[in-house]
Amino acid sequence: MPSIPDVIFYILVFLSVYVQVFFFVTFLENRKKIITRNEKVKLASYPEVTIAVPSFNEENTIEKTVWSLLRLNYPKDKLKIFLIDDGSTDNTWKIISKFASHSNINIFHKENGGKFTALNLALENLKTDFFGCLDADSFVDSESLVRIMSYFEKDSLTMAVAPSVTVNNPKNIIQNAQKAEYSMGVYFKKMLGFLGAINVTPGPLTIFRRKVFDDLGPYRHGHNTEDMEIAYRMQKNNYKIEHCNDAYVYTNTPATTRKLYKQRLRWVYGFINNTIDYRDVVFRKKYGNFALFTLPMGIISILSVGYLFGRIVYNLGDFLYSKIMEFQLIGLDFQTEKLILDPFFINTRSFIFLIVLIYLLIIFAIIFGRKMTKEKNIFSLNILYFFPVFSLLAPFWLLKAIYNTIVRRKPAWR
Amino acid sequence: MNNNLDWKKYLIVFLITTGLFLTAVYLSNYFGDKKIDQLKTIQDKIAIDILSSETQFSLLSELSCKNISDSVFSSELGELGNKLEWSQENLGATEEVSYLKKYYSLLQIKDYLLTKKISARCGTKSAFILYFYTTAENCTLCEDESLILSTLRSKYPELRVYSFDYSTDLSAVTSMLQIYKIKDTVLPALVIDDEVLSGFHSLEDLEARIKESFKLQEAKPSEANKK
Repeated sequence: MPSIPDVIFYILVFLSVYVQVFFFVTFLENRKKIITRNEKVKLASYPEVTIAVPSFNEENTIEKTVWSLLRLNYPKDKLKIFLIDDGSTDNTWKIISKFASHSNINIFHKENGGKFTALNLALENLKTDFFGCLDADSFVDSESLVRIMSYFEKDSLTMAVAPSVTVNNPKNIIQNAQKAEYSMGVYFKKMLGFLGAINVTPGPLTIFRRKVFDDLGPYRHGHNTEDMEIAYRMQKNNYKIEHCNDAYVYTNTPATTRKLYKQRLRWVYGFINNTIDYRDVVFRKKYGNFALFTLPMGIISILSVGYLFGRIVYNLGDFLYSKIMEFQLIGLDFQTEKLILDPFFINTRSFIFLIVLIYLLIIFAIIFGRKMTKEKNIFSLNILYFFPVFSLLAPFWLLKAIYNTIVRRKPAWR
Repeated sequence: MNNNLDWKKYLIVFLITTGLFLTAVYLSNYFGDKKIDQLKTIQDKIAIDILSSETQFSLLSELSCKNISDSVFSSELGELGNKLEWSQENLGATEEVSYLKKYYSLLQIKDYLLTKKISARCGTKSAFILYFYTTAENCTLCEDESLILSTLRSKYPELRVYSFDYSTDLSAVTSMLQIYKIKDTVLPALVIDDEVLSGFHSLEDLEARIKESFKLQEAKPSEANKK
């Protein structure tokens, strides 16, 4: 009889394989629809768009961010830029003020209240039919906006279009690992787009129809992930979100483990808590693949990583314990520590093949994501950083996010 | 819009995933069977070697000891033991593995008897340890003792350790247990030079006994020569 932990383990492996196969089948179904344009896109008409850049202490990057917007291949009189200083304590306001002379730029200064309040200030002043946000640590490709707008032109039911976010100028292992991860993210987001099941409209340059905010209200705090909350709200109301894979945005990513940990803790905490807030959506078929695939998939990945981590910690503890006992029994004996190279001892239990399969499908996702974003070296070796960095670190922010959720939510339940 | 739920796709993906799962199980069984085959091959080879040694011994018993090749034990039987132990842990205690284990126990006993005979007649240097353990229940002392014995084995290549699982359902093993009056309450148990040691014994303790055992066997032929 298999033990209960083994049964749980195999169920989680089954579900993880299911998720990856689901993505792969979606890819096979839609592969001909994935178009990466090289030429300049021409629209029948160029609707007016407002892009808001909320900033809090972004003196190092905001100037470059604004210049990237000014260089967008989009008629100047159709593009409004709102620069919002959310109570920065550095020179951000000074830098923003320099742009006040541009006819299509409006600048705002407000007391610090969080990103969603800065965006809502922009919404209050919004006069155009399309609205987008660009984080002040990101830079847009000059063709990105027009490519995004072509999706709205093609389908009047499309309510929001998310771009492909990639890592700007990765320098160290942590950033290179994220580069591979973002490439994978582009592939998964495109597939979720086909499924109508995108759960985040990323801060860097997602463009919305104004109708979204007119109908559903302004941004909310959303557990510090307002770009996730608005996507959940849109999905709940059956508003279509697309992904434009050839609209590139380059973002600065955390360069240290600590900063990455803090960012991901916020994201995962946001996922867990927004999902709890929208729990009435999960598994309800009227909300489509978002309710039946995206949200359960997120829950499965958190459970799998948490469970696997527990299992690995347990096995590692067990191994160390047996090594200590061994040391007490026979002392340091190098004679018995022979390297066993006999292929007989290679583990061939069934889950090994399945885990290899999951890894292969993830590698495929990364490589295809790179292809979609026209990366020069689609076989770049930053894949080698991705697996160890994320396998080692992800369990920590996942478990901490679960812990924070339990601890902070407890009082509210009483 | 979102309401384009494609149930067929959910079902197809489920079937594909199930198919992949079954393929993985099939592959696992396939390689498991290959390993069992490998074990059988090693066992057959050892069986032939032992039989050959026995025959050789009978043929040449009247003649000089020089021509008798050393018994096969050493590396091959040890390697088989390791692989069997690994198989039991990783392939599960299948019928085939327990069958192979019985066969292995039998080979060990035969090798033990043969080597003992050769040693007695020709005065070759060997020390024997018969080791009884159990896998039926969680016996941490057995695991510790096994570790100590494998350390000793690599330290003294001439040392022969024959290990027997108490729960092996084989009359030859049961006879051994009866001869040395070993009960499952005293496991792990060791037999060194016909002396039964029950319970756990440390590395130092066993090492001292082995050294003694070596000397004992070295002394015998010279005494005989004097006579």
